[in-house]
Amino acid sequence: MASAEMTQEELAQEELAQDLVPGQAEKARIGAPTPLAASNLRRIAGMNEEGEQLSEINPAGGPLAGAATKSHSHGGGVGVPDSSRAGRLTSYKSADFPAITGREEDWRFTPLKRLRGLDKVELSGAAPTLEVHKPIEVAVETVPRTDPRIGTAGIPEDRVSAAAWEAFTEAVIVTIPTEYDGGAEDKVVTLTLTGAGETPAASHVLVHAKRFSRSVVVLDHRGSAVVSENVEIVIDDGAQLTVVSIQDWDDTTVHASSQQAKVGRDAKFKHVVINLGGDLVRITPSTRFAGTGGDVEMYGLYFADAGQHFEQRLFVDHAVPNCKSRVTYKGALQGKDAHTVWVGDVLIRKDAEGTDTYEMNRNLILTQGARADSVPNLEIETGLIEGAGHASATGRFDDEQLFYLQARGIPEDVARRLVVRGFLNEVIQQIKVPALEERLREAVEHELNAGAL
Amino acid sequence: MSILEIKDLHVSIETEQGTKQILKGVSLTIRTGETHAIMGPNGSGKSTLASTIAGHPRYKVDRGTITLDGVDVLSMSVDERARAGLFLAMQYPVEIPGVTMTNFLRTAKTAIDGTAPSLRTWTKDVKKAMGELRIEPEFAQRNVNEGFSGGEKKRHEILQLELFQPKFAILDETDSGLDVDALKVVSEGVNRAAEGGAMGTLLITHYTRILRYIKPDFVHVFVDGRVAEEGGPELADRLEDEGYDRFVSATSSQA
Ligand SMILES: Nc1ncnc2c1ncn2[C@@H]1O[C@H](COP(=O)(O)OP(=O)(O)OP(=O)(O)O)[C@@H](O)[C@H]1O
Ligand SMILES: [Mg+2]
Repeated sequence: MASAEMTQEELAQEELAQDLVPGQAEKARIGAPTPLAASNLRRIAGMNEEGEQLSEINPAGGPLAGAATKSHSHGGGVGVPDSSRAGRLTSYKSADFPAITGREEDWRFTPLKRLRGLDKVELSGAAPTLEVHKPIEVAVETVPRTDPRIGTAGIPEDRVSAAAWEAFTEAVIVTIPTEYDGGAEDKVVTLTLTGAGETPAASHVLVHAKRFSRSVVVLDHRGSAVVSENVEIVIDDGAQLTVVSIQDWDDTTVHASSQQAKVGRDAKFKHVVINLGGDLVRITPSTRFAGTGGDVEMYGLYFADAGQHFEQRLFVDHAVPNCKSRVTYKGALQGKDAHTVWVGDVLIRKDAEGTDTYEMNRNLILTQGARADSVPNLEIETGLIEGAGHASATGRFDDEQLFYLQARGIPEDVARRLVVRGFLNEVIQQIKVPALEERLREAVEHELNAGAL
Repeated sequence: MSILEIKDLHVSIETEQGTKQILKGVSLTIRTGETHAIMGPNGSGKSTLASTIAGHPRYKVDRGTITLDGVDVLSMSVDERARAGLFLAMQYPVEIPGVTMTNFLRTAKTAIDGTAPSLRTWTKDVKKAMGELRIEPEFAQRNVNEGFSGGEKKRHEILQLELFQPKFAILDETDSGLDVDALKVVSEGVNRAAEGGAMGTLLITHYTRILRYIKPDFVHVFVDGRVAEEGGPELADRLEDEGYDRFVSATSSQA
């Protein structure tokens, strides 16, 4: 190894390390227990040519750590936080997953009592009803569970998802034809999924974007339901697909949704999760690269009110070389016991040389009594990457900020709006579907008005 | 002409150790066109006076009145006071993530005037004022005070002063943390805003340095929550030479 100049690996590590230097509000540890200091940029402890699995946990004393973090930081048993995401059990059978206790890493933040049995009862209720708005060229079919196209994007990664897989009777399949250009706004495909009541139910959706197609698909969840849903997303080589999943449920709804995407060679996938309504909403998007040159952007926006639990746990699996991923999730919280959870697992496997990834989560707490948990996990098994980083921060809209804005003549409600809008707009403007952006801005206004009561 | 009258103001705050009296009977009358300097040692209650006029919820008025042209200020909310024409340039301006300067300035101007400013003239006014205060154009797209240096924050306070055109400006240690050049730039901004006599200024400062650029008509010395001495600009010169020792020792010997 030439000592005068940096090898590619060192360069990669340098960039990696810079990105990993914790930001203001973040005191994350990399490769626990040795904290990564700016001074050992070049030499991450234990990092060799092969690379080493790095993972990170919330420091027990850090700003993002909750009681649950502490009880799971050390020792073996279920839910060891630095066990690799790569090793997670996947199965189509719910019985293969042990009963959920709440001590698992994957479930430690979820209020199981409010799951309404999605993890253990028969999902015999009716799936949400479907209303379709689409251009003529795009096919939307309701098919029996035996349809051979089902099961192509991924295998359930938790018990609730597996239970839905076992129970669904019919699936909705959206097919974007090869080379179809659905980039224009009037070509947006919208599936409105309206809850069919509160008997626990299973639901299944498959979105298949064929080669070199370009399209936007919106899953618009409304009404009241207790439902576990699996969404499969297959993006063929060279296709560009945006999937927006809006959860605008009634207050009592419980919704678990596993959204697994398989991204083909040179394909572009944009995934947007919008959580606005429901009692408990838990979205678990997983994205896997199936070919080189894939490009993934994952956005999330959530606005939790008093008593609501919104959980978003995403996974980006870099298994092949030269793919890029960007994750940006932002959330606002207001009201007593509003609780949001963001967990971002990014895994760069040994073969995924040239990976370029960055994930970011920011939360804005508007009132007392709300809680945001934010846990980025970055595992790196090769040193030969373009860059890898993350940022996570939770801030408060406090009385001093309010005073400042009011002292400039801005009434309290306008001040609140100004701050929240500005904060969430970064995500909204990424959707690039003007009508949808407008609807979300209105939804944010609505949340703010409701919060002012 | 407008008049801001503070009479027999007593202010306290709640602390963990109990109620703490800070202002112990302050009376002050400011007219538009006048510049009053308030000077005094650390902890004498200068910022408390400023924050109380602006309506910060932490400060409780136990006795006394504040009126603007005879109208009760104390019964107004913070934003009503600002819209009535009071402006506080803060000693420690807070950072507001997610809100750009551009957006903030326009929202505030609209709130204060009651109508949105005409976009073309407004953009021009903002650009001009920023230029005069030597604020780089890219600050327009940055979040309010976020990551600004101390001096940059102070310039932005004066930028707002110039754009919002209040009847009364209360400047809480706008001079602190500024180097000589910045002090000059900021002082010129204040003087531009005061030009024409439509604004009254309450200039709070610990040092006499800024008074070389902003000439006070009256000087009030604050000690332990009271006005200990009042006079013309010559009082400031005396403080420059003597400091606050004479007042501080006088108070402690009284106690
Ligand atoms: N929030 C607070 N909590 C506790 N004490 C306070 C608070 N605000 C003000 N005080 C106390 O009130 C007194 C007056 O404070 P104030 O900030 O008004 O002084 P000041 O004259 O502006 O001082 P400085 O020159 O340091 O800015 C001080 O003793 C201060 O410690
Ligand atoms: Mg002060």
